Amino acid sequence: MPVEVTNIVVAGIGGQGVLKGTDILAEVALRAGFDVKKSEIKGMSQRGGSVTGEVRFGPEVYSPMVPTGEADFLLVLEPTQVAPNRHLLRPEGVLMTPAEINADELPNKKAINVALLGVLSAHLPMNEQLWLASLREGFDLSFFEANKQAFLLGRNLRAKANP
Amino acid sequence: MKIESERKLLSGDEAIALAARHAGVALGAGYPGTPSTEILEAFAEYGGRGQWSPNEKVALEVAIGAAFGGARALCTMKHVGLNVASDPLFTAAYTGVTGALVVVTADDPGMASSQNEQDNRRYAVAAALPMLEPSSSQEAYDFVFRAIEISERWKIPVLLRVTTRVCHSYTTVVPRNVPVEVRPGDYSKDIKSRVMIPAHARPAHRRLRQKLAEMLAYNESCDLNFIVPGDRSVGVITSGISYMHVREALPTACVLKLGFTHPLPLDRIKAFVDSVDRCLVIEEGDPYLVDAIRAAGLKVEGKPESFRFGELDVPRVRRIINHDLTPEIPKPTGKPPQLCDACQYRVVFESLRRRDCIVAGDIGCYTLGVLQPFEAMDSCVCMGASLGVGLGLRHVLPEAQARRVVSVIGDSTFMHSGINGLVEMVYNPPPTGHVLVILDNATTAMTGHQEHPGTGRTLSHEPTNRVVMEDLARALGIKRVFVIEPRFGTSEFDQLLGECLDRKELSVIIARRPCILIAKQLKQYAAREEAACECDTKPALCQ
Ligand SMILES: Cc1ncc(C[n+]2csc(CCOP(=O)(O)OP(=O)(O)O)c2C)c(N)n1
Repeated sequence: MPVEVTNIVVAGIGGQGVLKGTDILAEVALRAGFDVKKSEIKGMSQRGGSVTGEVRFGPEVYSPMVPTGEADFLLVLEPTQVAPNRHLLRPEGVLMTPAEINADELPNKKAINVALLGVLSAHLPMNEQLWLASLREGFDLSFFEANKQAFLLGRNLRAKANP
Repeated sequence: MKIESERKLLSGDEAIALAARHAGVALGAGYPGTPSTEILEAFAEYGGRGQWSPNEKVALEVAIGAAFGGARALCTMKHVGLNVASDPLFTAAYTGVTGALVVVTADDPGMASSQNEQDNRRYAVAAALPMLEPSSSQEAYDFVFRAIEISERWKIPVLLRVTTRVCHSYTTVVPRNVPVEVRPGDYSKDIKSRVMIPAHARPAHRRLRQKLAEMLAYNESCDLNFIVPGDRSVGVITSGISYMHVREALPTACVLKLGFTHPLPLDRIKAFVDSVDRCLVIEEGDPYLVDAIRAAGLKVEGKPESFRFGELDVPRVRRIINHDLTPEIPKPTGKPPQLCDACQYRVVFESLRRRDCIVAGDIGCYTLGVLQPFEAMDSCVCMGASLGVGLGLRHVLPEAQARRVVSVIGDSTFMHSGINGLVEMVYNPPPTGHVLVILDNATTAMTGHQEHPGTGRTLSHEPTNRVVMEDLARALGIKRVFVIEPRFGTSEFDQLLGECLDRKELSVIIARRPCILIAKQLKQYAAREEAACECDTKPALCQ
């Protein structure tokens, strides 16, 4: 079973939209028909503490927690949070940080979580329509255009890098 | 009520709330506490009647009343909340209920946000109550219905024991498509069952044991427990979230998954143990299952003591299976929380630090005053303890030290169990007097900004009567009661504290300023209340 489950960890600090990011990701996987589990440690996130959200999806998922060293993807929204979470990533796993995004191209700085979801989406089997639908419904509608732009910026990065 | 029976991704807390709603629960009462808080919030959002009580004991009593009245009632709290509510819990097991009563205890192994990691499965044994333990949101949803069924069949409160990972993990749920309307209460007199004088309680205890025996017989063949067939060379007995870790760590093993974990179906367990070559018991927290199974004379393997601490996960379960006792690599700690930069508590803790106070503290955001740069908290035991502990210190310390002792408590915590401590302060005043600082930020910030009796708003943020803490303190006979806004860049608070410390009298300082994180919401509530006042039906609340 473990081979068929995709494990993603999103990390950051309170206020960066970590949990919103995992919400969108989990919703997309659910709509794509997968079994999905999402886990989050909230604690005192509002007081600026660390926040992590974990999403696992596949034909059947048991534990809601990504086992140490088995994350396929680690999205980190705040550079200081790379070190405390790196142990979650498997050796060949992919780390994604804000450094991949040119902040000047973002419609607004807060959309970094959505931009990184875009980068992630290029590695996952779910189609673009599902992502955009979840982005539309997951936020206030007035944010949609900016989020779409941020998402596509991330999603098309790889295509740009290796044309 | 309409139910769409599509697949949803719900947290365990939301699943419990939705099930309570679908099962026609008439009243949900509780007190906030991680990881249980979201249950009542979601219940109210789904249209149920959910309310915060001042503390868990009162919440349980309200729920018992609703169940005496023939309705279906839900009561929610975190694990330590059940300590507070244990008095009514134990005797409600004797009285039984007329409607249904489901008591949710949300345990926090690993202490993501708690002061201890007690295992409340022990309460089921101690109070002699049936207990169900779901391991996913779907089970959390289904088990609420089953708990109600058991509660109504045996006329007994049922414990629904969940843990942080069940409460806060989002997993798929397919709701039932036949909702039940809320059934109103209807009183029928039953003095012998409900008035626990010894003459009634003696037979009630026997009745309780009889009910337990019947529930045990039921549990021996109940579908809340099931076997996952597999390789019989290793069998695992497990429950709750541990079941999920086990399925992942040992996908081929034969598993006995227990959902109804008190009273334990020991015949069934024996049959399972006999059917496998090697039998392991994998559970988080205390050795509750393994002790009971061994006491029944069965040969099973438990986990090494080091796994009593913290949560289990897949790698730890693999270690237990493989007898791997090599030191576990501690998980790197993330960025610890701290008081917000603009938090007014900073002014208070700065003053307490500067004056080298001995601070009997309490639980809330303000417990962060223990961290640098303040380190201005000397104790934190349980909610409400700041008063008693501070008074005890004042009674025994030499005068010079006693006069530095200050009790510090938050507004929600004051309403929860600080009031009793204040009564103690009036009744047994130390010779040096005492100083209580109530940090009133107009919310229960720590658990995500819930209302409480001092805010004048209900769980759903609608206006209601407000308990005014300064009036309460004055009514208790305390003469020196001050309300002050702690402001950065002024020494007003510090001066007032100094003055109170100098006197050998009882002083209460209410440091009042709303939490900055809810400034926006407070404005909205105020606007809403003002609009409502103009056409209003409840002028008594509009002062
Ligand atoms: C018996 C019990 N119930 C609930 C909790 C969870 N809890 C910890 S502190 C707290 C209340 C904090 O509110 P307040 O005193 O107003 O302080 P604030 O966080 O707003 O500073 C709660 C509900 C607990 N620790 N113990």
